[in-house]
Amino acid sequence: MPKKQFKVVFNRERCKGCELCKSFCPKKLIEMDTQVNARGYCPAMMTDQTQCIGCQSCALVCPDGAIAIYEEE
Amino acid sequence: MKPVFEYTKGMTDAITSYCPGCTHGVAHRLIMETLDEMGLLGKAIGVAPIGCSVVAHQFMNVDMCESAHGRSPAIASGIRRVHPDKVVFTYQGDGDLASIGMGEIMHAAARGEKFSTFFINNCIYGMTGGQMAPTTLIGQRSTTSVDGRTREQAGMPLKMCEILSTLDGPSYIERVALDSPAHIRAAKKAVRKAIEYQLAGKGFTFVEFLSICPTNWGLTPPKAMEWLRENMIPYYPLGVYKDEEAQDNGDK
Repeated sequence: MPKKQFKVVFNRERCKGCELCKSFCPKKLIEMDTQVNARGYCPAMMTDQTQCIGCQSCALVCPDGAIAIYEEE
Repeated sequence: MKPVFEYTKGMTDAITSYCPGCTHGVAHRLIMETLDEMGLLGKAIGVAPIGCSVVAHQFMNVDMCESAHGRSPAIASGIRRVHPDKVVFTYQGDGDLASIGMGEIMHAAARGEKFSTFFINNCIYGMTGGQMAPTTLIGQRSTTSVDGRTREQAGMPLKMCEILSTLDGPSYIERVALDSPAHIRAAKKAVRKAIEYQLAGKGFTFVEFLSICPTNWGLTPPKAMEWLRENMIPYYPLGVYKDEEAQDNGDK
């Protein structure tokens, strides 16, 4: 069975840069951007999309609904 | 692409007014996701409190009503009695529920009013700037307990789940935490059970969420999650405090 591919999409403008997703990612794939968004926060971003295991930990702890996860077909 | 996780349509598109990392957003989402999954968004009526979540009606995509400080249970009792076919819930913080609204919640629970209360316990008054709350832990610093809360001066923190579970009215009481993905998954199950019990007309249901307040605790959100785990959970043990169905089946 081929390995499932997931795509984690961050909504830059919703993100408040709290770093909870970064601290709970078991694969440590999330980093904070150095460019601020319109509200002045450094939003989270994905470093290596292909390594994502689709555990949804980041989306579950995100208080601002900034994360959506899709499975590639 | 197949969606695995998307922001629930039970929440509006508005960006919440909460500080970065505040778990109010997680609690809002769990309640609204559950109502959405049960197809109850058109049938639910929420009562918002006074506190940080005073503007919850801007974020929750259901009919909402604002209440005076601590009086949400009284308003929810009225709404539920007039509309017995609706799902009614209150969303309250620790200053709102355990302090000024103590009378309302105790009597609504004692009467067994058929609504659900979601109680956010973050051990501090958030909106007013970090004063000591009834739930502030012994030794915890706040702007009105600068050297830490002491038992001699302020007594022990209130454990609402334990207090309410001594009453006959409530049918379901559980304490959950929002400090990790695993606990957040468990919290969602508790929310679902509370709403199912309400739909079955069993009586008052109560879910306490242990939450973080990174701003007023003076910690980063990831550190605040650790503080919750190390300090709050030992004093406020997680678990089911009352479950009428389990008691009826004799397996309490």
